[in-house]
Amino acid sequence: MSEKYITRSTAIAAHMLGGEMMVMSATDSTFFTLNEVATAIWQAADGRTPLSEIVSHAVCDQFEVEPEVARADAEQFVEELSGHGILLVSDGPIENSYSVPVEGS
Amino acid sequence: MQEMNQRALELGIPLSLHLDVTYRCNERCIHCYLDHDDHGELTTAEIKDVLEQAAAAGTFFLTLSGGEVLMRRDFFEILEHARRLMFNVRIKTNGVMIGSKEARRIRELGVEHIQISVYSHRPEVHDAITKLPGSLKRTIEAIRFIKSQGIKVTVANVLMRGNSGDHAGVQALARELGASYTLDPTITPKMDGDTSILTLRIPGSELNTVFRTEALVGNVEEFCAPPPAADEDVMEGYPCSAGHTVVYISPYGDVTPCVQFPLPSGNIRRQKLIDIWRDSPELKEVRSIHAKDLPVCSTCSHVGTCTRCPGLAYMEGSMRGPSTADCEKSFQRTGIPSANMLRKERAKSSGPLVQIQALRPEGFPLQNPSLITAPAEVTLVPLQPMSSPF
Repeated sequence: MSEKYITRSTAIAAHMLGGEMMVMSATDSTFFTLNEVATAIWQAADGRTPLSEIVSHAVCDQFEVEPEVARADAEQFVEELSGHGILLVSDGPIENSYSVPVEGS
Repeated sequence: MQEMNQRALELGIPLSLHLDVTYRCNERCIHCYLDHDDHGELTTAEIKDVLEQAAAAGTFFLTLSGGEVLMRRDFFEILEHARRLMFNVRIKTNGVMIGSKEARRIRELGVEHIQISVYSHRPEVHDAITKLPGSLKRTIEAIRFIKSQGIKVTVANVLMRGNSGDHAGVQALARELGASYTLDPTITPKMDGDTSILTLRIPGSELNTVFRTEALVGNVEEFCAPPPAADEDVMEGYPCSAGHTVVYISPYGDVTPCVQFPLPSGNIRRQKLIDIWRDSPELKEVRSIHAKDLPVCSTCSHVGTCTRCPGLAYMEGSMRGPSTADCEKSFQRTGIPSANMLRKERAKSSGPLVQIQALRPEGFPLQNPSLITAPAEVTLVPLQPMSSPF
């Protein structure tokens, strides 16, 4: 299976509010609240780290979860957010037009 | 989004910041409340710093407005910084200085939404209001450039004497351009307190017609329905989000609860934004006011549905008082006079507030306080100057 690389779109707004990450797409104005695990994936989405590594280090090492479950959940999360243009997905490393600082990362 | 607002309210976070980057403008709109001279605007560095402070304080929504934002040569530098801080950015502009290059840059920076003022679909009317010949043409071109970049645009149509018959034309124009449309009949006093521009407000009869136009309000019967009885939740609730989750900063760093609520609460050149937000006695006072604390409005049948603006009330003399423009809107919408209207009518019919009636021969000393009588109660009568169609 080929690796996936994910990065945060530059066309979004995102801030922590009361311990949760709030993300809004400027493209279709959809709005998401990310829980702790989703926030961990979000913050690690730098375009350079493969998704499998993000799941392994940012999720499995930090939360009590089976690796298969974590992988499946992460895939679903990435699919949903990429569908709204909030995460960009590629099978190779991604360069952003400008790096976006993320709170808490 | 409502959940987000509620959470921000509970956590005491300034979720929305309205920052006017300049009061300078290339138009001279006849209804504008601003002084367009530069009295020492915040520098680029100061604005970047306050944006960083707002991000740290938890602000999510940022409105950049003016004046005309593009009168600042550093506008795109400010915008880029705001987007790096991941705000959801909205821009209010007249669009006159936006060409294809600017529109493309705005899209590249991920701006969510742009609001552009259009007063009429007729150049002679729009340009007479802006006092800038050719402004409608340039504004329409700007909307086309922005739309071609896939950015959402709202056409804001301020209604006043002189353009009140043109809302259907502006709405059709917005539709043709692929933009949303919003109408606002609010004209506010000038910043120096001058109320002369309030004569531009459309008369009640025209407001009445606007509120019964399905294309503007949707279901007229629902929109104009009499207000339901206010329950405890309404009376314990807050009049609006100004100072609760919304904060305003002027081009000179002055902090107020809202762009339309000029209560001086601090200045970011002297204090950190978060310190003003948390500790300003003025903002604390604003936050302490519940609907039940409004002496007149709490007795009004419209209390739960009125669009009462505490800023307009403040400019009329008291942030706890009524806003007569909103009383008029509630009345024209439902045909039911507000408590403030009834109070004024009673005062008019009953003469002086304090009446002294001599019960003893002249020269006899007054000893009994009951000799000072309150004005007699009057029966509620339909208000003559304000016609209701019902």
